[in-house]
Amino acid sequence: MSVFALVTNAAAAAEEAQAHAAEASSAGLPQLDPTWWPSQLFWLAITFGILYWLMSTRFLPAIAGAIEERRDRIADDLDQAGDFKRQAEDAESAYNQSLADAKAKAQAIAADTRAEMDDEIAALQAETDAQLAKQVAAAETRIGEMKAAAATKVGEAAAETARAVVETLIDEAPTEEAASRAVADAAARPEG
Amino acid sequence: MYRFRAEGPMEQFEIIPIFSLPTGSNLLAFTNSALWMVIGTGAIIVFFFAATRRAALIPGRLQSMAEVFYEFVSDLVRDTIGPEGRKFFPYVFTLFIWILVSNMFGLLPSLPGMPHALHTFTPTSHLIVTFALAMLTITIVIVYGLYKNGLGFFKLFAPSGLPLWLMPLLILIEVISFLSRPLSLAIRLFANMFAGHVILKLFATFVVSLLSAGGAVMLFGIAPFFGVIAVTALEFLVTALQAYVFAVLTCIYLNDAVHAADH
Repeated sequence: MSVFALVTNAAAAAEEAQAHAAEASSAGLPQLDPTWWPSQLFWLAITFGILYWLMSTRFLPAIAGAIEERRDRIADDLDQAGDFKRQAEDAESAYNQSLADAKAKAQAIAADTRAEMDDEIAALQAETDAQLAKQVAAAETRIGEMKAAAATKVGEAAAETARAVVETLIDEAPTEEAASRAVADAAARPEG
Repeated sequence: MYRFRAEGPMEQFEIIPIFSLPTGSNLLAFTNSALWMVIGTGAIIVFFFAATRRAALIPGRLQSMAEVFYEFVSDLVRDTIGPEGRKFFPYVFTLFIWILVSNMFGLLPSLPGMPHALHTFTPTSHLIVTFALAMLTITIVIVYGLYKNGLGFFKLFAPSGLPLWLMPLLILIEVISFLSRPLSLAIRLFANMFAGHVILKLFATFVVSLLSAGGAVMLFGIAPFFGVIAVTALEFLVTALQAYVFAVLTCIYLNDAVHAADH
């Protein structure tokens, strides 16, 4: 078979199909033929009516019920979760509260102890200071006495020496009184 | 070689009676259209029966799907009409699912060798069916609108806050637009289904003609073959979209009925 023959064959087939179409359309569109309109309306009414009845009385309420139930359940679960969360938050805040209390208590105890120890230390220090001051005062007193005694002794020794020197020089011993006066005068005279 | 048979693009829309009712008259005969209405409705019922049989807290696959549909339409009704739209929800839902399934089942392939009466058929590809559904919506709008708003319903045709001299013109436009609603609703759905199936059929006819020619010419059948696949995918989108559009417009019109007096 040549290609040309094939093409004409196909064209013939297409023509045949077109002839079919023309035949169908010569009778008019099937849609515009009113013969079967009542039947179509009748069966549409029956099927659509039954479907509407089943939908409105059975299927849609069932689906709505299931969706509603799920929504309620989810809402409940969320509520419960909220409750749990609140409880956890309460527990946490209670824990934080007790932790803060304990901290404050510990700090108070530490502060008290510190203050007590400070007081004790201060008291001890004061006692020691007072004792030391007393001892220092006693020592100073003793030193003053010893100084005075020493000064007296120096004066006496000076007067003695002066008398001895004078006696040696002029063979006449001044009285003790005169010697000590002279020593006192000399001591009172400013130096240089 | 197998001889493919090509039909004209209109034969798929022919109504073929299957049996008559016992009344004897052929007027209300059970036809292929009725058969596919019953198949679609039956499938919806079986699906929802299975999905809601054991309504569980943790939904199974079917129940999840049913709930997706439910929430989708429920949101649509609530967003468009508001809380008063609740009473129309079963209607809008039934409308949406019925149109969706009858559109979509029309895309099922027919079994080869079946009698013509049992070929796949799309009930919504017939104007009378879509027109009936559109009229049902408009009737509900008018009846409920009058019941709810009384004569206030007619405020729908007279938008407030307009200069008086514009009123006659506007009322005329509004009335015409209101009257054209059922027509546009019906024709939009019908035309989409009709055109989609015609295009599918034409592409398929090309494929069949070229394939039955045999030889090298069969290669020319490849392009329309992929065309059929692409158009089929597109048609799935169109079926869902048109069901959605019908439901949305129904909601918008019902919203007018509910809130007519607020205009």
